[in-house]
Amino acid sequence: MYSDKVIDHFTNPRNVGVIADADGVGEKVSASCGDRMKIFLKVSDGVIEDIKFQTYGCGAAIASSSMMSELVVGKTLEQALALTNDDVAAALDGLPAPKMHCSNLAADALHEAIKNYQDKG
Amino acid sequence: MKRIYLDNNATTAVRTEVLEAMLPFYREQFGNPSSIHWAGRSVSEAVEEARERVARLLNARPEEIVFTSCGSESNSLALRGSVDFFEARDRHVITTAVEHPAVLNSVRFLEKQGVAVTVLPVDGDGLVDLEQLEVAIRPDTILISAMWGNNETGTLFPVAEIGAIARRHKIRFHTDAVQAIGRVPVDVQAAEVDLLSLSGHKFGAPKGVGALYVRKGTGLTPLIHGGHQERGRRAGTLNVPGIVGLGVASELATADLDRQVPRIRALRDRLEAGILSRISEVRVNGHRQQRLPNTLNVSFAYIEGEAILLFLDMQGVAASSGSACMSDSFGNSHVIDAMGVDPMMANSSIRFGLGPDTDEEDIDFVLEILPPIIKKLRDMSPFYSEKAAG
Repeated sequence: MYSDKVIDHFTNPRNVGVIADADGVGEKVSASCGDRMKIFLKVSDGVIEDIKFQTYGCGAAIASSSMMSELVVGKTLEQALALTNDDVAAALDGLPAPKMHCSNLAADALHEAIKNYQDKG
Repeated sequence: MKRIYLDNNATTAVRTEVLEAMLPFYREQFGNPSSIHWAGRSVSEAVEEARERVARLLNARPEEIVFTSCGSESNSLALRGSVDFFEARDRHVITTAVEHPAVLNSVRFLEKQGVAVTVLPVDGDGLVDLEQLEVAIRPDTILISAMWGNNETGTLFPVAEIGAIARRHKIRFHTDAVQAIGRVPVDVQAAEVDLLSLSGHKFGAPKGVGALYVRKGTGLTPLIHGGHQERGRRAGTLNVPGIVGLGVASELATADLDRQVPRIRALRDRLEAGILSRISEVRVNGHRQQRLPNTLNVSFAYIEGEAILLFLDMQGVAASSGSACMSDSFGNSHVIDAMGVDPMMANSSIRFGLGPDTDEEDIDFVLEILPPIIKKLRDMSPFYSEKAAG
């Protein structure tokens, strides 16, 4: 049901945790299943220097949070804002169809964190 | 990696004795039991022997057993067959909020056809209020359908009391006993049951065979029309190997009540006590005493069920979850929801279903691997860290 990449990121999620002095914090909750992702960013010169996440949800929710964090660390905010949920799913070699609309929220949560950072600016 | 199967409420392995009894009915004794020649006659005898065995299991008469293809068909036949039988009058059906989808969706279908329906709520343990049941009974009530043991939590309804109420009001009583067979004594006389559903694959017979007990004098309109099989109550050539297997499994189920069930209950209690002592903020779902002896349904705060199952599965342990992520329809388990459990707790519910093959080593292995799994997921959960932060 899940790709090897999903299982890898679910089993050994990258960048789990919090950043106490984060520059931006954002979260997204799935209306359909209650999955929740919380993203913490450290931004320097318009580049995502560090990212941490906390996720409540199924295997797909945890794996997509982890994959998203790997995709955007070291990237500019513009590049991060261009990332879509579908890009994250594709990087995981796909997610089961029922998971695409509930657990695949990582890019949305990231964008909330970036927005929070920019609103502070 | 050792494989540990703790999902016996979903299905069970076919038992060796059952499989051995079935095999001759594929090649050597392949006849149609409806045929009068040599090939059919011996097969017909085997079918009738199986019918007697199923009847003995339930304390019923052989002619009261109708073979079906599964528990869902038995439930559909009981409900739709009853409602159709009373087609000349106003019809009201009472059921409960925690029934299997085979009952609830049959009832919803009937509702669309104009049948009046009352779905009784349950309390936090998953039990119905019998006074509320009596109040729900109307002059046009034709049927009460209430399950024997719940498939998700294991909670046992007081079927004998429900049966007595139905009898007093001269209403037929159907019970879905699919989970109860082989786990608790099931006696259709003691419980005053008129219709009872069972399914072979839940107790060591193969998938694709079930039965409906139909008390003598209980009229039913068939779902499947055709030949005269099963005294006109269910057409279609009989699934002979499956029926033979169901017969043998029924005999074993009766013996199991003394031989296996006390052992399985002790193992389930060991698992429950072990989880409660090793992991904080855990909720056992279902009635702690009135419960199937093989079933443990437990919720872990702050995390989600599918993620727990995936980690268990990676270490060879098969269990089940009522998580929203596990259902096709996206919504938490209707059973846990009906019990008024907090949605986040419902979403993390895990069902362990022990069986005849479960041993102490299996349970101790689960108790060893589960706490680190829960800790790992809680360490990832925003709810858990927010709670820790106060």
